[in-house]
Formats: sequence, C-alpha cells, structure tokens
Amino acid sequence: MRDNALCYESFCEEDTYEIGKSIGNGLKAGDILCLTGEIGTGKTAFTKGIANALGVIDYVISPTFTIVNEYFGRHNLYHFDVYRINDIDEIFETGFEDYIYGQGITVIEWAEMISEILPPECIWVRIEKNLALGEAYRKISLNK
Amino acid sequence: MSDIYILGIETSCDETSASIVKNGREVLSNVISSQIDIHKEYGGVVPEIASRKHVELVIPVIDDALKLSGIEPSSLDAIAVTYGPGLVGALLVGVSAAKSISYGINKPLIAVHHIEGHIAANYIQSPQLKPPFICLVVSGGHSHIVLVSDYGEYEIMGRTRDDAAGEAFDKVARALGLGYPGGPLIDKYALQGNPLSISFPRVTFKDGSLDFSFSGVKTSVLNYLNSSSQKGEEINIYNVCAAFQSAVVDILVENTVKAAQKTGINKICLAGGVAANSQLRTTFSEIAKHNGMEFYYPSMSLCTDNAAMIACAGYYDFLKGNFADLTLNAVPNLKLGERFIT
Repeated sequence: MRDNALCYESFCEEDTYEIGKSIGNGLKAGDILCLTGEIGTGKTAFTKGIANALGVIDYVISPTFTIVNEYFGRHNLYHFDVYRINDIDEIFETGFEDYIYGQGITVIEWAEMISEILPPECIWVRIEKNLALGEAYRKISLNK
Repeated sequence: MSDIYILGIETSCDETSASIVKNGREVLSNVISSQIDIHKEYGGVVPEIASRKHVELVIPVIDDALKLSGIEPSSLDAIAVTYGPGLVGALLVGVSAAKSISYGINKPLIAVHHIEGHIAANYIQSPQLKPPFICLVVSGGHSHIVLVSDYGEYEIMGRTRDDAAGEAFDKVARALGLGYPGGPLIDKYALQGNPLSISFPRVTFKDGSLDFSFSGVKTSVLNYLNSSSQKGEEINIYNVCAAFQSAVVDILVENTVKAAQKTGINKICLAGGVAANSQLRTTFSEIAKHNGMEFYYPSMSLCTDNAAMIACAGYYDFLKGNFADLTLNAVPNLKLGERFIT
C-alpha cells in the first residue's frame, strides 16, 4: 500500500456501512474504488453504504456469482467482485472497460487480483480485522 | 393443434446446453456440456468464466440435441434462449446462436429469463402442475420467493438482501477447505453432523418482509472457525456443516411457507441448484405434509442449469405469441418480470 492512508475504525457492520456512506458522499463521476480484505470483512456492507450515498434505492447484493451488478442512482454504481476471475482476459468479457471508463462509480472487490489492468488513479480501500480488538472490529484505510 | 417443437439454448453461466422439448413438457433431448470439470482443475474453488468455452461448445451441443431428438431443424416451431441475467459475454453466445438459427430457418425467437426457466423445470418434472403456486428459487446467484400466478406471470415476494443461499454454501465450503461446488459437499458432510451442536443465526426482518440475509450466517461461521482455531479447539467439520445448513434451510422454509399462507396458495415448488439439497427437500416435504400443502421439486438434473427448462418456459411464451426480434440483446442484470424485448 502507498503512504498517506486515511484510516477509519469500524466496530460493527453498521459502522462499516456509515463509513462507506461518508466516503460515497465524496465520490465523483468516473471514480474507481478498489476494495481489499478477506472474506466476511464487510466489503459488501461497505459498498451498500456507498450505494446509499449515491442515491441507489435497490438492494445491493453480493456480486460474487454475477461478477458485476449495476445500480442506478445520482451516479450509476458498478459493483464488481473479481474473485472468480482466474485469467485476466475473462474480466473483459464482463464489459469491464466500458464500466470503469464510464461516468458511473465503480467498486471492485478483490481488486488486488486484477491490479495489473487497473488505471493508476484508483482509490484503494483496505478492510482488515484485528481479532485482539474483537471479532467485529475492522480497520478501514483509504489510499488515493 | 399439431405438436410444437421448441429448441432451447442456455449459456448464462457455466453450462452450455441445448434441448428439444415437445409441447412444453416432453423433453426429447437435453444436452449439457458442463464446464465444472474445468473448474476442478483450478484448485477446486475458482470457476472459470469463459465465454470462449461457450463459443466452442454451442454448435456441437445444439447439433447433438437435434440429433438425439430426431427432429430436423425445419420441424422446429421456435427457438427459445436465455437472455439474462448472467455474464454478458456468456449470454451473448447463446443469444447470437439463437438469433442466427431463427433467421436461418425463419422461425420465431423467444427470449427467456433464466429464473423463469428454473421455475419451469417443475412443469417438466410434474406434468400435472399448473399455476398458481409459490416457488422458492435458490441457486448460486439467486434466492427468490416467487408467486407464480399464471404462466409467465411472476411477483417477487422475497429475495436476498446480501448473499444468495448457494453463495453462502460456496463461501462456507471454501472456508472449511472442502472445495467446489460447496453445496453438495456441505450436504454430504451435514448428514454426519449434529445440527444442534452450534447455534448460527437465522435472520428475519422485523418489518414482516419475506426477504433473506445470508451474509450474517456466513460471517458467524467464519468467526466460529477463527475463534476455535485461536483457542486451539478441534473443529468438527460435520457439525459445522450440519449447523450451518440447518440455519439456511430453516429460514428458506419458514419464509416460503409464510408466503404460501399469506397468499392462500397451497402449492410450493423448489427450483435452482440449491433445490438439490437433501435437507431442504426433506424439510419442505415434512412441513408441506403437516400443513396440507402440495410440494413439488425437480429432479437433480433439472435443478442445475439446462436448456430443457428454457424451452419449456419458452413454450408458454410461444402460446401467447410473445416473440423477440433479431434486435434481441443480452441483459446481464435482467430482473424477473421485466421484459426488454422490442
């Protein structure tokens, strides 16, 4: 990770949602958020917060199976989960470039798996557990 | 009325499939070229998403389906194809093949929603089944309670707010190191475990909604595994599977039965890949019997993605004259009940 990280602390899923919401409020058209963090850390909960900030009214559900879900709001939200991608070529079959270079906001879970094809201006968000601080604790750091 | 022969094509996810169905309910052929063995080569957890596999397979699979059915292309009455939801690259292979054949033999094209297909699998399995009924559609990507008021008429009564049921199975199986696909493996291990040994949450919503949430139960399993290994306690995989599966099955059954009671409909159907789960079937059978309800479910082979179910759903559109034209496109985020046909 690069320096100058902005850090947040979450003590429950609702906190993670609210942090997503506050970050979502500061996003502009074309922004790409890359989420990293192991399974069950709240990447989808965080994205739900972003969606709320963007005025999405639909349920934001996990894109693990579908790879990408699309939502309509003040800015459109393109929610990717690239965990199932095992050959970088496969990502292009989802229409990936049209999404990330479009006028919406793109959120990519497991983005580290496709880092080689991501543009340099992405915002990286790392969600980490710290079991010493409890099962629900998450540190959320943001790097621009 | 003369017999109606429909060619169904399905390429929305992993399977390339083609089928010929007579009069909506009689399957003459149902060829599925599963890509699941390819997934196993990749360490067993990461399914390959390769449209190019569909490209290679779609024509041989259609040829096989025609050959096995003994039906000549000229005898087909229509071509039904899945146009969403799914991966755009994968869907486009089926949609393009269907459009070409439709144009080539000058027979109508029918656009089918993937979930409609899963629901229709019940019509093939149980020829006496007619709407209205409540259908629980559960798979890797879907968890929906659907009121099927008539052929082609759907109302969603409940759906997941986070993870799909099948996805929770896959993710828990991954955390336990069991492999892919997770559903059948957890089902197998659960048979030897005690469901009451660990308590995982069953999430219901206070607003009376019939929606589901499976993210919480997934996280509880992960937390349980983490804290057990930190304490140096031995993890009984059988018990974890049994307790997790019970938590998911209980809530699926509870909400579906509530939907039936709310609508006064006493017929329940299962559909989708998770419909193959043995505990889900057994629990539904018992509850349905207890409540005087009819209960239907497709055979294992009709639960997974296949083209016969698409041809069957397409048949009812054929009867209504719901045809698509050659401008049909794949709609990756297609919602059930929506139509994107010009």
